[in-house]
Amino acid sequence: MLDFVQQLVSGIALGCVYGLIALGFVLVYKATEVVNFAQGDLMMLGGFFAFTFIGMLGLNYWLGFAGAVICMALFGMLAERVVVRPILGYPQFSIIMATIGLGYFLRSIAGMIWGTDDLKIDTPFSQGVLRIGSLVLAYDKLSVIAATVILCGLLYLFFNRTTLGTAMRASSENMLAAYYMGIPVKRVVSIVWAISAAVATAAGVLLAPITFIHSNVGLVLGLKAFPAAVLGGFGSIPGAVVGGILIGVIESMAGFYLPQGWKDVAPYLVLLVVLLLKPEGLFGVHTRKKV
Amino acid sequence: MRFLFKTDYEDDIRLMPHSGYLVTYGVLLALLAVAPFVLSSYIMSQLVFVCIYATVGVGLMILTGFTGQASLGHAAFLAIGAYTAAFLQQYNVPFPVYFLAAGLLTGVVGALVGFPALRLQGIYLVIATISFAFIVEEILARWESVTHGNEGMRVKTMQVFGMAISRDSPTFYFLCLGFLILTIVGTLNLLRSPTGRAFVAIRDSETAARSMGINVSLYKVKSFAISAAITGFAGCLFAHKLSFISPEMFTLLLSIEFIIVILIGGSFSLHGAVLGAIFLVMIDPLLTYLKDDLPGMIAGVASTFGAGKESASHIQDKAAAIASANGLKGAIYGLIIVLFVLFEPLGLYGRWLKIKLFFQLFPLYKRATFKRQKIYVKSERNR
Amino acid sequence: MSYFRAEDLSLHFGGLKAVDAVSFAVEKGEILSIIGPNGAGKSSIFNLISRIYPPTSGKIYFEDQDITQQPAYEIAGLGIARTFQNIELFENATMLSNLLVGRHRHSTTQLWQELLFLPSVRAHEKAHRRRVEQVIEFLDLEVYRDKLISGLPYGVRKVIELARALCSEPKLILLDEPSSGLNVEETGDMSFWIRDLKTDLGITVLMVEHDMSLVNRVSDRVIALNYGKVIAMGSPSEVQRHPDVVAAYLGA
Repeated sequence: MLDFVQQLVSGIALGCVYGLIALGFVLVYKATEVVNFAQGDLMMLGGFFAFTFIGMLGLNYWLGFAGAVICMALFGMLAERVVVRPILGYPQFSIIMATIGLGYFLRSIAGMIWGTDDLKIDTPFSQGVLRIGSLVLAYDKLSVIAATVILCGLLYLFFNRTTLGTAMRASSENMLAAYYMGIPVKRVVSIVWAISAAVATAAGVLLAPITFIHSNVGLVLGLKAFPAAVLGGFGSIPGAVVGGILIGVIESMAGFYLPQGWKDVAPYLVLLVVLLLKPEGLFGVHTRKKV
Repeated sequence: MRFLFKTDYEDDIRLMPHSGYLVTYGVLLALLAVAPFVLSSYIMSQLVFVCIYATVGVGLMILTGFTGQASLGHAAFLAIGAYTAAFLQQYNVPFPVYFLAAGLLTGVVGALVGFPALRLQGIYLVIATISFAFIVEEILARWESVTHGNEGMRVKTMQVFGMAISRDSPTFYFLCLGFLILTIVGTLNLLRSPTGRAFVAIRDSETAARSMGINVSLYKVKSFAISAAITGFAGCLFAHKLSFISPEMFTLLLSIEFIIVILIGGSFSLHGAVLGAIFLVMIDPLLTYLKDDLPGMIAGVASTFGAGKESASHIQDKAAAIASANGLKGAIYGLIIVLFVLFEPLGLYGRWLKIKLFFQLFPLYKRATFKRQKIYVKSERNR
Repeated sequence: MSYFRAEDLSLHFGGLKAVDAVSFAVEKGEILSIIGPNGAGKSSIFNLISRIYPPTSGKIYFEDQDITQQPAYEIAGLGIARTFQNIELFENATMLSNLLVGRHRHSTTQLWQELLFLPSVRAHEKAHRRRVEQVIEFLDLEVYRDKLISGLPYGVRKVIELARALCSEPKLILLDEPSSGLNVEETGDMSFWIRDLKTDLGITVLMVEHDMSLVNRVSDRVIALNYGKVIAMGSPSEVQRHPDVVAAYLGA
């Protein structure tokens, strides 16, 4: 039983990271119908930025964290402006390829700048555990969970309570119509990318103590976050987080209770089964074309 | 300019509408036939890979380009073909038999994947095919009694009717080239028949396709099966060419490479699949060549522009250092993909058509002919 | 027995009754129009007939055969073709291949024959092409033969949709707002063609239409719908004078 709770918590912590990356996917998708395959690599880059600020320049953890988030938000805007904006409206497949290309590029550049070693960021939560009876929970894992809850709350309020959030939802439905209604579509899209890159950075920095930062971390985790987003029904913010947690828990349970090898496959098996039963994901809305 | 006067329905059915095609493809075929006796063995080896990648490209084009079903799982189909061949070869099954078995078994697996994929669209289908590929990869690594797990499998030299065909011999090249040509002709035949039109109809509007009497599910499964089968055949050749296969050769990155083949070549055309394969395979020797020679060239240019001997050699060292940096290839790779999508969404074949038109219309060509129109995003969610 | 019959056809989306116990019959060789204000359930009836939606209840009969449970793609095989309100052509294909897709229900060639393009496939293709050319001539579409649909104007696409439906050699054709988006002249052409469908080709026509002048010109009978219910049925002039119809349109 104790093992179970232990695994559950570490699964949820891992899942929260997946969920945060998935959140980035979903935000961009909701606003522009672009599936950003470079999301994981944005996270990786964010981690490296944080490492540069904290590990190399010796900044305070929180200051470095904030610096990385701001830099990455700007970088997200830049990426949107250069890579995605010129091809908005093209078939989804082309855009996916462009973001895959961007991911390739970022991975290689990061590898060239920061090297291919695993890097570690010292955080206030790196050490120390919370003991409840005989249950031992590491602070780094709990910090991920807490941060995810806070971020999700903020994003929820942002999307549902601010005019900008409404503008985002409008421009995703029909950009031209939104444009004619006076919504500054370009700026809206820019902001969405900034937010999604910032969220990815937060995930990257929070993750740093759990798995180290290296240039391929984005690819590896991006490929886990992606099923998470789909599991939750692409386009649903709570879905992304729930999907992420599900994937994380499944992975850590499978790693603990099932023979070796199941850990990596189990999330995908579950995903396939869910898609078979509910092709639009757990929280997706089933729509059909009107003729 | 050439004007075609059509006098018979046959004119629209023919694969080669006029004699110009015959000349062009005849010359191309002749060049390909003498290639092994002229080109270096390294380039020939790359050419074999071009043939194999182009074959997979054609297979993927049927599914993604013509039927509109995206797949990021084709590496798995290739793996199934390769492992089927390697497995059967152990039991001295003759080549023609295990070649057929590799294609057919992969086709059956493709159909089985096609069934659950029926209800999925767009991004959901992409992720489902990725999941499928991961699962296959894991099975290959774990099912050790059949696949030897991560140790991989050796593939012996091909024996056809008692004749050994080494993987570097011209005969092997002709085998791959021949199969590519067969695949292309078969696909072209399909495209001018009801099945091919049904594929395109499904791509453009499933609702309308259904109302025209097309059994959408059946044709999607057919498309999956054909595409997978072609990839499976290619997998058998791939295994022979590499002479050793292991699970880590068939990762997502390989699937992405196949997508790049059809994207860079230009979707919706078979020319594109072949051009894309040439590009993808040949970029490797090209980059190596650049890495070796470019720094010297840059230094040469610098010294002609008045840089001193010392600074020129300094520049050369700097350039060489950058060129040999780890991962530069990946960066260039990524850059090429992005630039292609941004500036040439129709791919290499689209560029070729534009150049052709330029010369056909020579003094009258206007830049605006291919000016891109502004496109606005409309939700695809309700499709 | 009637040629085509809908009996107590209903389609409910949750609490919304898009189609509510609608019954009507179409006689062989007639042109029947369905009219009604927006949202009256006209297109929903078409979508029920072509099996895009399964009906909540009720039955559909064609040539005395119950087709309520047939899969969507078999409806065309029975000889029922349709057009769409918002044009559903195959955008990235030429008009010719669009029309050839219309011949799909008549194609009998097998996959392996097609891969080899055997002489039998070639002969079939030519036969299909001959039928397609007849339709092209009937609707004056010769100039557009090798044009991509994505580059053609709206009015032409509307006609091509009709052509595609005709290529399947239907016995019953469902036209969903054939004149929407057309100018006066094009609407005039359309009305002649619809008459010709009946007189020259002997096709039964079931049509949803808003343009009352077109309805008056071509229809033998008219059904008026409102809120998913039939409110009037009869000759065009009778239906238009019917007090419920007047009320539905004027909102009285």
